[in-house]
Amino acid sequence: MSENNCYHCGDTCGQTGIKFDDKEFCCNGCKTVYEIFASNDLCNFYDIQSAAGATPKIVEGKYNFLDNLSIVDKLIEFNDGDVQVVNLYIPHIHCSSCIWVLENLNKLNSSVNTAQVDFPKKTVRITYKCDDFSLKELVLLLSRIGYEPYISLNDYDKENNSIDRSLIYKLGVAGFAFGNVMFLSFPDYFDLSTSESTGGEFWLNQYQNVFRWLMFTFSLPVVFYAGNDYFISAFKGLRSKILNIDVPIALGVSVLFIRSTLEIIFDWGSGFFDSLTGLVFFLLLGKFFQQKTYSFLSFERDYKSYFPIAVTRITKNGKEENTQVNDIKKGNRLLIRNEELIPVDGILINGKARIDYSFVTGESEPVEKNSGDKIFAGGKQLDGAIEMEVLKSVSQSYLTQLWSNTVFQKDKTSNFQTLTDSIGKRFTIVVLTIAFVATTFWLFYDSSKAMNVFTAVLIIACPCAIALAAPFTLGNMLRIFGRKKFYLKNTQTIEKLAQIDTAIFDKTGTITTSKKSTATYEGMPLSIEEEALLKNTLRASNHPLSRSLYNLLAEQNILSLDEYEEYLGKGVEGRLDGEHIKAGSAEFVGDKSLNDTLNTAVHVSSNDNYKGKYVFHNEYRAGTTEVFEKLSEKMQIAILSGDNEGEKKRLEDLLPKLTPLYFNQKPESKLQFIKSLQNQHKKVLMVGDGLNDAGALAQAEVGIAISENVNVFSPACDGILDASMFQQLPKLIKLSQKGIQIIKWSFVLSLIYNVVGLYFAITGQLQPVIAAILMPLSSISVVLFTTIMTNLIGKELD
Amino acid sequence: MSAIYILLAISIVVALVFFAAFIYAVRKGQYDDSYTPSVRMLFEDEVVKAPSQKIKTEIKKSN
Repeated sequence: MSENNCYHCGDTCGQTGIKFDDKEFCCNGCKTVYEIFASNDLCNFYDIQSAAGATPKIVEGKYNFLDNLSIVDKLIEFNDGDVQVVNLYIPHIHCSSCIWVLENLNKLNSSVNTAQVDFPKKTVRITYKCDDFSLKELVLLLSRIGYEPYISLNDYDKENNSIDRSLIYKLGVAGFAFGNVMFLSFPDYFDLSTSESTGGEFWLNQYQNVFRWLMFTFSLPVVFYAGNDYFISAFKGLRSKILNIDVPIALGVSVLFIRSTLEIIFDWGSGFFDSLTGLVFFLLLGKFFQQKTYSFLSFERDYKSYFPIAVTRITKNGKEENTQVNDIKKGNRLLIRNEELIPVDGILINGKARIDYSFVTGESEPVEKNSGDKIFAGGKQLDGAIEMEVLKSVSQSYLTQLWSNTVFQKDKTSNFQTLTDSIGKRFTIVVLTIAFVATTFWLFYDSSKAMNVFTAVLIIACPCAIALAAPFTLGNMLRIFGRKKFYLKNTQTIEKLAQIDTAIFDKTGTITTSKKSTATYEGMPLSIEEEALLKNTLRASNHPLSRSLYNLLAEQNILSLDEYEEYLGKGVEGRLDGEHIKAGSAEFVGDKSLNDTLNTAVHVSSNDNYKGKYVFHNEYRAGTTEVFEKLSEKMQIAILSGDNEGEKKRLEDLLPKLTPLYFNQKPESKLQFIKSLQNQHKKVLMVGDGLNDAGALAQAEVGIAISENVNVFSPACDGILDASMFQQLPKLIKLSQKGIQIIKWSFVLSLIYNVVGLYFAITGQLQPVIAAILMPLSSISVVLFTTIMTNLIGKELD
Repeated sequence: MSAIYILLAISIVVALVFFAAFIYAVRKGQYDDSYTPSVRMLFEDEVVKAPSQKIKTEIKKSN
């Protein structure tokens, strides 16, 4: 860490740094946090991880809604009058220092009993005494030390969602039974060909019934609890006339169980309880492996995750009150403070609005609005407080009504036939045919063995290895993708991604970066003196466009201006030695004829003569051209932008020829566009980023959200791709296709085992020990094969 | 040879004890977050609660 970095947050201090206690701080906020920590014996925070802090941003009155008890009641998990428990999401949690300081919160305030961090989920569960402390004070305390919790409308509407741990229980039950049954089968393994009549170990024969009935007992919970999902799924499949992979599995499990039980009842043999429990255990292991979740990401977010719980309403007699967002009605007047989100559509009444719509469109440049203008829900106010009058309620606003589309209610996973299921269908038919043919043969040849053969075929053909191939391949791919910052919702997404033949891209925020750092000058050339004056005028301005333009202009001597004036929302004006320059909006500069609103531009005039304008361009992500060229070789591509046509020419130069470009697309029309492609039997990949793409992302076969910071924002989607990995997109698609190839090869591998097993089964010589060897052997070799192969192809990404 | 009954009973009881411990651990949410405890245990005696990671490994052995 260099000397000039903030001791608390690690940012560069520059010249405005503050020295305190021999340490440098970038701002007063960071210094204050340090003081709080230092005076409460919490400096360990800086020892665990240096510069881990965040600058506290406290907005006055932001949490006033927490005074409202009915809102608080919805947020807290537990309340007995004395003690309350709350689970807060804190996006800043990122290192061990964070865990440490949050779990030592009781040192800062003695009303806090305990605090426990869940690092992967970035949440902290806090128990506190509420007699002289409240949720509001707790939230303010956290905000003061830079750990501001994120409270959204989603928290308010959530139902008590208990965590589903059934798979772990089932896995535990199956594993427990499998181990013990294996152990109890040992006497039989060692004592294969002997029985009381032929000699052999006397005591093993004597007690074999005890062993067998114990095994039977252990297998009961495996069949009826751990394996019940397979029966349910097979039943559901059959009812809707689909032969999924669970049909032969359920058949195998039930035949195994019934035959084994009959065997021990009538003392025919020892049964196949070891294979039975092992089978279920391996299958569940596959399911467990497939279930990789990124708990710090959410793929189900809708607008509710971004909207505040409450806003400030101004009553008729001019008072402010906190109102739950869903209670806002048409005609209400709302006060939107600095940094607050606009929850509904309305008309700006009072104040100067500078609204950041990056949540909605991905466009980072704030939009200026004057009173009387219409403002839309989803924007974030950046400059001071504004007052607005509500035109529509939350659920009916321009943006939010998108979520009433049926596409958000549909479960995408249910109507997709996986590769395994399509194999399972043919497999079941073949196995049943073989079983019946073999049984018929034995009925005529040696009818005593017919039943034995029939069950043996169904047992040995139980497609354990086939059912494991996909979960392990795709589960492993999911992890490899995750390491490369490509986070997928589930393994099905990989299968769908492999089938894609059309790719649709959003423009702003998706193929462009959030920075605007290139500009071209159009108009009469500026003289050297004029350019120097312009640069010096811009130097004093803090407007983002001024800063960008300042950095773009050539280095100039620093002059001190005679006169400088900044007009908020209009532009800047500078005067030196009688020369006079203006930079800003077209109107401000005095050129009313040119009403070019297509592009973001800074207009310049010198001595009241219009000179020209700097047109800012979106910067396209590195490798955009290559990505599109590679993709267009294999699939159709198109751009679907919510913006105007201002960038059309640059896009045409950048992208392969004849790439269709669509502009001015509304959120709803993006969705319809995808739908119409799907009606032509296209498999569509949608790549987007903002809430306005949410409908298209949900409608498309695969919706991928591009995100510059995966922790911050992404609408509901199937996958989140870190913006830095955008160039790798064609490779990722190719890789998922290779993953499908691997699954197909492992199907072949497991079919070979099945053929070997079927030989034993059809000839009527299937011994329990053969089944007990074949089943794990085939499963383990398939798992090994897929793991090695996926890791091999995963290397291509490096 | 009826010692076999006692031995079997003991082995099953031991296995069941570990199984119960596993169920208890899952129910208490010890498997919900498998990362944070690994960091927490490295802090110097400030944090009183140190969730045991031991049970997990022992359960696996018993199977």
